[in-house]
Amino acid sequence: MASTGAAPFWRAAGMTYVNYANLCAKMVRNCLKEPHKSEAISREKVHYSISKWTDGKPEKPSVRTDSPDE
Amino acid sequence: MLRRAVTTTTGLLARHIRAQPFSTDLSSAPAADAGFVEAWKKVIPNIEPPKTPLSFMQTRPSTPPSIPAKLTVNFVLPYASELSAKEVDMVIIPATTGNMGVLPGHVATIAELKPGVMSVHEGNDVTKYFISSGFAYIHANSYADVIAVEAVPLDQIDASLVQHGLAEFTQKLSSASTDLEKAEAQIGVDVHSALNSALTG
Repeated sequence: MASTGAAPFWRAAGMTYVNYANLCAKMVRNCLKEPHKSEAISREKVHYSISKWTDGKPEKPSVRTDSPDE
Repeated sequence: MLRRAVTTTTGLLARHIRAQPFSTDLSSAPAADAGFVEAWKKVIPNIEPPKTPLSFMQTRPSTPPSIPAKLTVNFVLPYASELSAKEVDMVIIPATTGNMGVLPGHVATIAELKPGVMSVHEGNDVTKYFISSGFAYIHANSYADVIAVEAVPLDQIDASLVQHGLAEFTQKLSSASTDLEKAEAQIGVDVHSALNSALTG
Protein backbone atom coordinates (compact mmCIF):
# COMPACT_ATOMS: atom_id res chain seq x y z
CA MET A 1 0.00 0.00 0.00
CA ALA A 2 1.05 3.64 -0.27
CA SER A 3 2.94 5.48 2.42
CA THR A 4 1.16 7.93 4.73
CA GLY A 5 1.06 10.58 1.98
CA ALA A 6 -1.54 8.86 -0.18
CA ALA A 7 -3.75 7.40 2.57
CA PRO A 8 -7.37 8.61 2.81
CA PHE A 9 -7.96 11.14 5.59
CA TRP A 10 -9.81 8.69 7.84
CA ARG A 11 -6.97 6.15 7.61
CA ALA A 12 -4.47 8.87 8.50
CA ALA A 13 -6.59 9.78 11.54
CA GLY A 14 -6.45 6.19 12.79
CA MET A 15 -9.82 4.86 11.61
CA THR A 16 -10.05 1.45 9.93
CA TYR A 17 -12.06 0.84 6.73
CA VAL A 18 -14.65 -1.22 8.61
CA ASN A 19 -15.26 1.65 11.03
CA TYR A 20 -15.48 4.10 8.12
CA ALA A 21 -17.97 1.94 6.20
CA ASN A 22 -20.14 1.33 9.28
CA LEU A 23 -20.10 5.04 10.14
CA CYS A 24 -21.20 5.99 6.59
CA ALA A 25 -23.97 3.37 6.74
CA LYS A 26 -25.17 4.63 10.14
CA MET A 27 -25.37 8.21 8.83
CA VAL A 28 -27.33 7.13 5.76
CA ARG A 29 -29.73 5.10 7.93
CA ASN A 30 -30.35 8.13 10.13
CA CYS A 31 -31.48 10.15 7.10
CA LEU A 32 -34.22 7.80 5.92
CA LYS A 33 -37.97 8.42 5.92
CA GLU A 34 -39.96 6.99 8.74
CA PRO A 35 -41.04 3.35 8.17
CA HIS A 36 -37.74 2.55 6.40
CA LYS A 37 -35.68 4.30 9.08
CA SER A 38 -37.02 2.27 11.99
CA GLU A 39 -36.78 -0.96 9.95
CA ALA A 40 -33.17 -0.25 9.06
CA ILE A 41 -32.21 0.66 12.62
CA SER A 42 -33.91 -2.40 14.11
CA ARG A 43 -32.28 -4.60 11.45
CA GLU A 44 -28.83 -3.45 12.52
CA LYS A 45 -29.32 -3.90 16.26
CA VAL A 46 -26.89 -6.24 17.98
CA HIS A 47 -27.00 -7.94 21.35
CA TYR A 48 -23.95 -9.64 22.77
CA SER A 49 -22.04 -10.27 25.93
CA ILE A 50 -18.31 -9.66 26.05
CA SER A 51 -15.72 -10.54 28.68
CA LYS A 52 -11.98 -10.06 28.87
CA TRP A 53 -9.86 -13.07 29.73
CA THR A 54 -6.84 -12.89 32.04
CA ASP A 55 -4.68 -15.82 33.21
CA GLY A 56 -6.92 -18.26 31.33
CA LYS A 57 -10.08 -17.19 33.17
CA PRO A 58 -12.87 -14.93 32.00
CA GLU A 59 -13.60 -11.81 34.00
CA LYS A 60 -17.14 -10.61 34.65
CA PRO A 61 -18.99 -10.34 31.29
CA SER A 62 -20.68 -7.12 30.19
CA VAL A 63 -23.74 -7.19 27.94
CA ARG A 64 -23.91 -4.79 25.00
CA THR A 65 -27.25 -4.29 23.30
CA ASP A 66 -28.99 -2.06 20.78
CA SER A 67 -27.29 0.31 18.36
CA PRO A 68 -24.21 -1.16 16.61
CA ASP A 69 -21.81 1.69 17.50
CA GLU A 70 -18.12 1.04 17.88
CA MET B 1 30.73 -13.76 -19.85
CA LEU B 2 28.71 -10.98 -18.22
CA ARG B 3 26.70 -10.47 -21.40
CA ARG B 4 25.81 -14.17 -21.57
CA ALA B 5 24.60 -14.14 -17.96
CA VAL B 6 22.35 -11.15 -18.66
CA THR B 7 20.72 -12.79 -21.69
CA THR B 8 20.00 -16.04 -19.84
CA THR B 9 18.29 -14.23 -16.96
CA THR B 10 16.21 -12.05 -19.28
CA GLY B 11 15.37 -15.16 -21.35
CA LEU B 12 14.18 -16.99 -18.23
CA LEU B 13 12.24 -13.92 -17.07
CA ALA B 14 10.49 -13.54 -20.44
CA ARG B 15 9.50 -17.20 -20.44
CA HIS B 16 8.16 -16.90 -16.88
CA ILE B 17 6.08 -13.82 -17.73
CA ARG B 18 4.64 -15.42 -20.87
CA ALA B 19 3.76 -18.65 -19.05
CA GLN B 20 1.77 -16.96 -16.24
CA PRO B 21 -1.70 -15.92 -17.38
CA PHE B 22 -3.33 -12.81 -15.94
CA SER B 23 -6.30 -13.52 -13.71
CA THR B 24 -8.46 -11.48 -16.07
CA ASP B 25 -7.69 -13.83 -18.98
CA LEU B 26 -8.67 -17.10 -17.30
CA SER B 27 -10.98 -19.38 -19.26
CA SER B 28 -14.02 -20.88 -17.58
CA ALA B 29 -13.23 -23.15 -14.67
CA PRO B 30 -13.52 -27.00 -14.98
CA ALA B 31 -16.82 -28.53 -13.92
CA ALA B 32 -15.49 -31.76 -12.47
CA ASP B 33 -12.32 -32.84 -10.76
CA ALA B 34 -10.58 -34.75 -13.58
CA GLY B 35 -7.63 -35.96 -11.52
CA PHE B 36 -9.87 -37.35 -8.76
CA VAL B 37 -12.19 -39.15 -11.20
CA GLU B 38 -9.23 -40.83 -12.96
CA ALA B 39 -7.67 -41.97 -9.70
CA TRP B 40 -11.04 -43.33 -8.48
CA LYS B 41 -11.66 -45.27 -11.71
CA LYS B 42 -8.25 -46.90 -11.43
CA VAL B 43 -8.98 -48.26 -7.95
CA ILE B 44 -12.78 -48.76 -8.03
CA PRO B 45 -13.85 -49.15 -11.66
CA ASN B 46 -17.35 -50.50 -10.95
CA ILE B 47 -18.81 -47.75 -8.75
CA GLU B 48 -19.56 -44.23 -10.01
CA PRO B 49 -17.17 -41.66 -8.50
CA PRO B 50 -18.87 -39.42 -5.92
CA LYS B 51 -19.40 -35.76 -6.79
CA THR B 52 -16.80 -33.42 -5.37
CA PRO B 53 -17.67 -29.89 -4.20
CA LEU B 54 -16.26 -28.59 -7.51
CA SER B 55 -19.10 -30.22 -9.49
CA PHE B 56 -21.75 -28.54 -7.31
CA MET B 57 -20.35 -25.08 -7.97
CA GLN B 58 -21.54 -22.96 -10.87
CA THR B 59 -18.71 -22.62 -13.38
CA ARG B 60 -17.29 -19.18 -13.92
CA PRO B 61 -18.57 -17.85 -17.27
CA SER B 62 -15.61 -17.52 -19.61
CA THR B 63 -14.53 -14.26 -21.20
CA PRO B 64 -16.37 -14.18 -24.54
CA PRO B 65 -14.25 -13.43 -27.63
CA SER B 66 -16.47 -10.52 -28.72
CA ILE B 67 -18.02 -7.90 -26.44
CA PRO B 68 -21.41 -9.17 -25.15
CA ALA B 69 -24.56 -7.12 -25.61
CA LYS B 70 -25.46 -6.84 -21.93
CA LEU B 71 -23.70 -6.39 -18.62
CA THR B 72 -24.68 -8.85 -15.87
CA VAL B 73 -24.94 -7.13 -12.50
CA ASN B 74 -25.00 -8.67 -9.03
CA PHE B 75 -25.78 -6.04 -6.41
CA VAL B 76 -25.67 -7.32 -2.84
CA LEU B 77 -26.11 -5.87 0.63
CA PRO B 78 -25.26 -7.58 3.93
CA TYR B 79 -28.94 -8.35 4.52
CA ALA B 80 -30.37 -8.76 1.02
CA SER B 81 -29.51 -9.46 -2.58
CA GLU B 82 -30.81 -6.41 -4.42
CA LEU B 83 -30.02 -7.53 -8.00
CA SER B 84 -28.97 -11.07 -8.84
CA ALA B 85 -27.50 -11.75 -12.31
CA LYS B 86 -29.58 -8.96 -13.84
CA GLU B 87 -28.75 -8.16 -17.48
CA VAL B 88 -28.51 -4.42 -18.01
CA ASP B 89 -27.07 -2.00 -20.53
CA MET B 90 -24.98 0.15 -18.19
CA VAL B 91 -24.37 0.96 -14.53
CA ILE B 92 -22.88 4.19 -13.25
CA ILE B 93 -21.07 3.66 -9.96
CA PRO B 94 -19.76 6.33 -7.56
CA ALA B 95 -16.11 5.31 -7.30
CA THR B 96 -13.65 7.26 -5.13
CA THR B 97 -11.90 8.23 -8.35
CA GLY B 98 -15.13 9.71 -9.77
CA ASN B 99 -18.41 8.49 -11.25
CA MET B 100 -17.61 5.56 -13.50
CA GLY B 101 -19.87 4.27 -16.27
CA VAL B 102 -19.60 0.50 -16.76
CA LEU B 103 -20.64 -0.90 -20.15
CA PRO B 104 -20.38 -4.49 -21.38
CA GLY B 105 -16.77 -5.23 -22.25
CA HIS B 106 -15.40 -2.90 -19.56
CA VAL B 107 -11.82 -3.64 -18.55
CA ALA B 108 -11.55 -5.71 -15.36
CA THR B 109 -11.48 -3.27 -12.44
CA ILE B 110 -11.79 -3.20 -8.69
CA ALA B 111 -13.22 0.12 -7.54
CA GLU B 112 -13.74 1.37 -3.99
CA LEU B 113 -17.03 3.27 -3.78
CA LYS B 114 -17.67 6.56 -2.03
CA PRO B 115 -21.09 7.62 -0.68
CA GLY B 116 -23.08 8.42 -3.82
CA VAL B 117 -25.71 7.38 -6.32
CA MET B 118 -25.51 4.21 -8.37
CA SER B 119 -27.79 4.13 -11.40
CA VAL B 120 -28.73 1.01 -13.31
CA HIS B 121 -29.72 1.61 -16.95
CA GLU B 122 -31.86 -1.00 -18.69
CA GLY B 123 -33.38 0.14 -22.00
CA ASN B 124 -35.23 3.31 -21.06
CA ASP B 125 -35.50 2.52 -17.32
CA VAL B 126 -33.08 4.01 -14.86
CA THR B 127 -33.11 2.74 -11.25
CA LYS B 128 -31.10 4.80 -8.78
CA TYR B 129 -29.80 3.71 -5.37
CA PHE B 130 -27.89 5.77 -2.83
CA ILE B 131 -24.91 3.69 -1.67
CA SER B 132 -23.21 4.42 1.65
CA SER B 133 -19.89 2.83 0.68
CA GLY B 134 -18.61 -0.46 -0.67
CA PHE B 135 -16.76 -1.98 -3.59
CA ALA B 136 -17.42 -2.80 -7.22
CA TYR B 137 -15.68 -5.67 -8.96
CA ILE B 138 -15.91 -5.66 -12.74
CA HIS B 139 -14.74 -8.87 -14.37
CA ALA B 140 -13.43 -9.39 -17.87
CA ASN B 141 -16.48 -11.49 -18.81
CA SER B 142 -18.84 -8.47 -18.38
CA TYR B 143 -20.04 -9.45 -14.93
CA ALA B 144 -20.13 -6.69 -12.34
CA ASP B 145 -20.41 -7.38 -8.62
CA VAL B 146 -21.34 -4.36 -6.53
CA ILE B 147 -21.34 -4.78 -2.78
CA ALA B 148 -22.51 -2.05 -0.45
CA VAL B 149 -23.07 -1.81 3.28
CA GLU B 150 -26.29 0.21 2.93
CA ALA B 151 -28.17 1.11 -0.23
CA VAL B 152 -31.56 2.82 -0.47
CA PRO B 153 -33.73 4.00 -3.36
CA LEU B 154 -33.66 7.78 -3.51
CA ASP B 155 -37.32 8.22 -2.54
CA GLN B 156 -36.65 6.75 0.91
CA ILE B 157 -34.34 9.64 1.85
CA ASP B 158 -35.76 12.45 4.01
CA ALA B 159 -34.51 15.84 2.78
CA SER B 160 -35.04 17.69 6.06
CA LEU B 161 -33.00 15.12 8.02
CA VAL B 162 -30.22 15.46 5.43
CA GLN B 163 -30.14 19.27 5.82
CA HIS B 164 -30.16 18.93 9.58
CA GLY B 165 -27.34 16.39 9.51
CA LEU B 166 -25.27 18.54 7.13
CA ALA B 167 -25.60 21.57 9.40
CA GLU B 168 -24.76 19.49 12.47
CA PHE B 169 -21.61 17.96 10.99
CA THR B 170 -20.41 21.23 9.47
CA GLN B 171 -20.63 22.71 12.95
CA LYS B 172 -18.83 19.68 14.45
CA LEU B 173 -16.09 20.01 11.84
CA SER B 174 -15.30 23.57 12.89
CA SER B 175 -15.33 22.70 16.59
CA ALA B 176 -13.46 19.36 16.36
CA SER B 177 -10.23 19.01 18.31
CA THR B 178 -8.69 15.53 17.90
CA ASP B 179 -7.80 13.97 14.53
CA LEU B 180 -10.44 11.29 14.98
CA GLU B 181 -13.21 13.83 15.69
CA LYS B 182 -12.15 15.82 12.65
CA ALA B 183 -12.21 12.67 10.51
CA GLU B 184 -15.67 11.71 11.77
CA ALA B 185 -17.02 15.20 11.17
CA GLN B 186 -15.48 15.25 7.69
CA ILE B 187 -17.10 11.88 6.92
CA GLY B 188 -20.41 13.32 8.13
CA VAL B 189 -20.08 16.34 5.87
CA ASP B 190 -19.14 14.13 2.88
CA VAL B 191 -22.01 11.68 3.37
CA HIS B 192 -24.63 14.38 3.93
CA SER B 193 -23.50 16.50 0.99
CA ALA B 194 -23.58 13.40 -1.21
CA LEU B 195 -27.12 12.70 0.05
CA ASN B 196 -28.04 16.31 -0.67
CA SER B 197 -26.75 16.25 -4.23
CA ALA B 198 -28.46 12.89 -4.76
CA LEU B 199 -31.79 14.45 -3.82
CA THR B 200 -31.34 17.63 -5.85
CA GLY B 201 -29.33 16.33 -8.83
